[in-house]
Amino acid sequence: MATYKAVAVPAVPRLGERITQDTVYWRGYKTPVQIKEFGAINKIDFSPVPPYNYAVTASSRIHIYGRYSQEPMKTFSRFKDAAYCATYRDDGNLLVAGSEEGSIHLFDVSGRAPLRQFDGHTKPVHVVGFLSDKYRIFSGGDDYASYLWDIPSGTDIVSYSEHTDYVRCGCASKVNADVFITGSYDHTVKLFDARTKRSVMTIEHGQPVESVLLFPSGGLLVSAGGRYVKVWDVLKGGQLLVSLKNHHKTVTCLCLTSSGQRLLSGSLDRHVKIYSTTSYKVVHSFNYATSILSLALSPEDETIVVGMTNGVLNVKHRKPEERKEKSQKKRQPAYRTYVKGRSYMPKQEDFCVSKPVKRVLRKYDKLLKSFQSSKALDAVLEPPIRLYTPEVTVAVMQELHRRGTLRSALAGRDEKQINLLLTFVARRVIEPRFTSVLVTVADMITDIYQPVVGQSAIVDRQFLKLQEAIGKEIDYQEELLEVLGMMDTLFATFTQKRATCLEENKSNGLNRGY
Amino acid sequence: MVAPATLRVVRCGGSTLHGARAVFSADSKQVGPCPEPVFLWSDTFQLVSVKLTKAAGQDLEAKELSVVLHGVGASPKSIAFGREGEYVASVKDLNLQVYFFKQKQLNRFSLSAVKTKGGNNHFTCVACHPTEDCIATGHADGKIRLWRNFYHKKEYTFSTLHWHHDTVMDLAFSIEGTSLLSGGVESVLVLWHNGSDCRKDFLPRLGSPIEYISMSSDGALCCTLHTDNRITIINSNLRFSKCIQGLIKTMDVKTGLVVDPRTKALVLNGEPGHLQFYCLQSDQQLFSLDIVQRQYIHQAGLKQTDLVKVAFSAQGKWLATVEERDEVTDPELQLKLWFYDEETQSFKLNTRINMPHEDHVTDMCFRDMDELEDDSLILVTAGRDCVFKVWVMVEDTDPEGKYAQQSVSWNCDFVGSYHNYQATNCCFSEDGSVLAVSFEETVTVWDSVTWDLKCTFCHPPGKIRNICFGRLTCSKYLIGATDHGFLCCWNLLSCALEWSAHLNILVLQPDPLSEYIAAVSWLSKESSLFVFKPNEPRPIYIQRNLCKEKIQLAAFIPRDEPETVGSEKYLWLRRSQLFFLTDTQELMTLSTKSLEERLTPSSKQLAVEESLPVTPFSLLLGKHRCQQSQQDIDLGKRVVQNKHEQDSPAVKELLHTPAHVLPSASFLCPIFINSLLISKENKSAEVAADEVEMESEKAEDESDEERDITEMEQEDTSPMELLGEMTCKLSKSQEKELRKIRKTDYSWISAF
Repeated sequence: MATYKAVAVPAVPRLGERITQDTVYWRGYKTPVQIKEFGAINKIDFSPVPPYNYAVTASSRIHIYGRYSQEPMKTFSRFKDAAYCATYRDDGNLLVAGSEEGSIHLFDVSGRAPLRQFDGHTKPVHVVGFLSDKYRIFSGGDDYASYLWDIPSGTDIVSYSEHTDYVRCGCASKVNADVFITGSYDHTVKLFDARTKRSVMTIEHGQPVESVLLFPSGGLLVSAGGRYVKVWDVLKGGQLLVSLKNHHKTVTCLCLTSSGQRLLSGSLDRHVKIYSTTSYKVVHSFNYATSILSLALSPEDETIVVGMTNGVLNVKHRKPEERKEKSQKKRQPAYRTYVKGRSYMPKQEDFCVSKPVKRVLRKYDKLLKSFQSSKALDAVLEPPIRLYTPEVTVAVMQELHRRGTLRSALAGRDEKQINLLLTFVARRVIEPRFTSVLVTVADMITDIYQPVVGQSAIVDRQFLKLQEAIGKEIDYQEELLEVLGMMDTLFATFTQKRATCLEENKSNGLNRGY
Repeated sequence: MVAPATLRVVRCGGSTLHGARAVFSADSKQVGPCPEPVFLWSDTFQLVSVKLTKAAGQDLEAKELSVVLHGVGASPKSIAFGREGEYVASVKDLNLQVYFFKQKQLNRFSLSAVKTKGGNNHFTCVACHPTEDCIATGHADGKIRLWRNFYHKKEYTFSTLHWHHDTVMDLAFSIEGTSLLSGGVESVLVLWHNGSDCRKDFLPRLGSPIEYISMSSDGALCCTLHTDNRITIINSNLRFSKCIQGLIKTMDVKTGLVVDPRTKALVLNGEPGHLQFYCLQSDQQLFSLDIVQRQYIHQAGLKQTDLVKVAFSAQGKWLATVEERDEVTDPELQLKLWFYDEETQSFKLNTRINMPHEDHVTDMCFRDMDELEDDSLILVTAGRDCVFKVWVMVEDTDPEGKYAQQSVSWNCDFVGSYHNYQATNCCFSEDGSVLAVSFEETVTVWDSVTWDLKCTFCHPPGKIRNICFGRLTCSKYLIGATDHGFLCCWNLLSCALEWSAHLNILVLQPDPLSEYIAAVSWLSKESSLFVFKPNEPRPIYIQRNLCKEKIQLAAFIPRDEPETVGSEKYLWLRRSQLFFLTDTQELMTLSTKSLEERLTPSSKQLAVEESLPVTPFSLLLGKHRCQQSQQDIDLGKRVVQNKHEQDSPAVKELLHTPAHVLPSASFLCPIFINSLLISKENKSAEVAADEVEMESEKAEDESDEERDITEMEQEDTSPMELLGEMTCKLSKSQEKELRKIRKTDYSWISAF
């Protein structure tokens, strides 16, 4: 004797991206906060020390934002023209920025006026940064030159002018205090050692380099330019490890997560892609409203800040996770009740009576079990099921159809219920997974309620809506068929070519055989 | 010397339970489908009464036949005896007849044929209350009527109980008469309390329609016989207690006969939506795999999803099933792939593919390669939508793999078609390098690596019905049978027709372990078996007139160990055994051994005597036996014969084999009689010989139904008792006289 089998709700494979650990992780951000800046945001940099404020460089100002602040906490606005590349020092006390007029300004984060000003570049300075010994600054400008500055004395130590185009990006090694790299529009990335007079290594990227990045270990170098992101092994003398082409417009910024496991790239195509640094596959991607110029990630990936060309700063905070765990803990029964009676070991002479497992049936299943078709249909038309799990509603309809009782279940309903049914059908009939069942349902409804058409305005409107939905779907399908036809002709020519190729090969092989 | 044994057709399961209620033995410990008629139905279905005289012992002459009722139903369900045998009730069509024996009065009640709601209120069955004057009748529209006060022709009353929505198949009152059991197509056993409409209990989902219901004499158990050859025993408090089943009978075996490579069990449709694994050696259902996993609604005329195709991979690791719901507008099709889970020792669903084809799937096969790795596994399905599809396993490569639930799933790899003809059959060659797909009249051969069409074969006119590749030394041959009555053999190397034969082949079955191929033809109401090797057109073995029924399906089951066969003619039976299923759902096989040989080792020894508990019945039997043996010793004659009987394996098997796997009585009769024959020196043996002669004559004369009855009776009253009593009571001259009389009247045996 068999038990009642519950209605099987067919699971349809989810189309699109598959749920992975990464998608779950990167979806764990709240809805973004948008802050309007004065101009295109060219640099965002997080302070390396708590409370992890971040400096945003846009137009002629540098704004410092707190973690959750919507207004800038502090503003540096002593620039005559545009400021570039405000960067924190490792201890979070000093901030350096380049400018359109060619001078480099060094600020104390707590002060207002610049501590030092380094002059030497003749053209705008787009890239500045601290070396890891904290006492020197490197810079690169549109005059094709790179300088190394000494903070205490305020003078330049050495200058390199090896690039043949604008120097637009750079990065200092965290391992070696003397090593820094610069990327330029002359398609090269150069690695400099402050102890030598010339560049140590030149890497040919192939496109104007927009951003460079060194891994914390210092062994790997990432360069972005054009549509490409390329990873190089520095220790092997600049060998190309992998070339990624996942954007369809220029990649403008790069960023590593604090764990170093994921690499982020932002591009003018409005996307931020996240790569795994082991497989170099895209594991997730974010979509933004406009082209992205700059991107930064706070320590522990708590905040993602993205700067756009239209001056909008997009800030995403991570959802707190602790609260959920707490509520779960409360619900769990005490350990004592959990092990109650389970720790008893039956003795040999004991007669064990196994407790029958109670199966919990859903409401519609209970009704279907007792052959109450109409009520079962009512049960699955309740708002929570109808709205959030339409597949259950459709599965029950299909089951009723299988039992041959769908017509009687649909019949004899009042205006409100017909309205509800029709709304559901009109909305869902175009979904491919429901179409076959709902077309039958729609057929039956029209059959049953044909005599009462015209008696209720609401129902008539729903019928029209249904007609409209189906009409649209038919048009859409026709278009698809047309596209399919076009593709078929393309494929046909393609396969023919291949077939001839194969035949040629074969004949060659035969000839050789003879 | 005896000539080498000929092949004989042996039934091994699936025959229907006899058309009568099950009867409990006195102690309610045993149950068997066995009727016990007191009154007889003659061929025109009249109810006649026979006077039984107490003096005459077991055999008596039924001369005083008196007709009680004319025009009774053919089924035993349509007659019931009332309280203490005072009256008899019979139903047929729209009439209920009640005959009172004492008053010799016949009351006739009829229902009006036309009903307002269009229900069909024909009578289907009748049952009488054991203590009160009350008759319960079941009707085709699902109603149960309780008739009372039927002594009066006019003032009778009836009340109606209505729960069944389909025909009431059988009714039974409990022993005290307080409750009524009813069952029908819904396969729900309904218990009505005190004959009221409001108090009833149900035992739902019994698996298949209930055909008969019977109660044990102490009222503790009740048992239902189902249409699919199953007996369910139920406690009086409506608790399911046990199920007795062998090969489950289904309406239509769509899956064919498939052999599970793992268990060597026969696999075919079982319960609706299930796959049954039937062990041929032990005549048991090993297990039933739920494929459709949906609630089956037992309702006449409802089209529900059923299993249509099954295929196993070579080692039984993968199972592919196709289920479909036949509907005109949009047929629902599902292809499911099951993986054998070693831990749970059962199949686990791996992939479900909705609508693998747009129309019915006509054939399905795995690439059968034992030696190759798992990733070479390929499944091919052929459909009526003019394509065949190739399915392959794909591995999910998720680098972090935590959210990946399973590592492999199945995907469509290639879709092939040929001139928009319907694909009807598909078959892989033995090494898996070539796939043959038949498209209506044409057989196409495809390379299984590049999926290029290699060549085509055709034997017009006539569509291809079956194809198969030769094996081992004959692997270069492709065999095809057309529905225009031709069997063709093509050579794949020369791409030419090797030979063809004019035969209407229904079943073409290659032996997986040898190069032999069995073909069953159907010619003017008889099936013939041809066994041949593809490399020679002359068949190795021909058996004409295999059986009367049309043979639907056949399968070779590998033997556990190769059998030694005497003749070279039967060499093809050495490695595997051929089983076939007729369209009346009887499973048969071919055996070289004589029946006695076959039965002794294979079927189990039930040893009923040893396990029988001490009950009044067994005591009685034992006492009887004691007397018997004493008499035997006194006479000193019968001992030899008795021993002979007990030793005869045929008789022993006949009595010990479960009734539902026994061949028909007509078939058993000669064997049984032969076993009773003893050498001529023994004088009393003549009697026995004469008697069995008569028996056989009689058996030929009588109708099938009665033959069943006699056969059952033979089982009941053990023959040795019968003979023993006779010889000790009658002198020889008396015997001779008696014999003469008997020869004139053949219906004497029915009086048992």
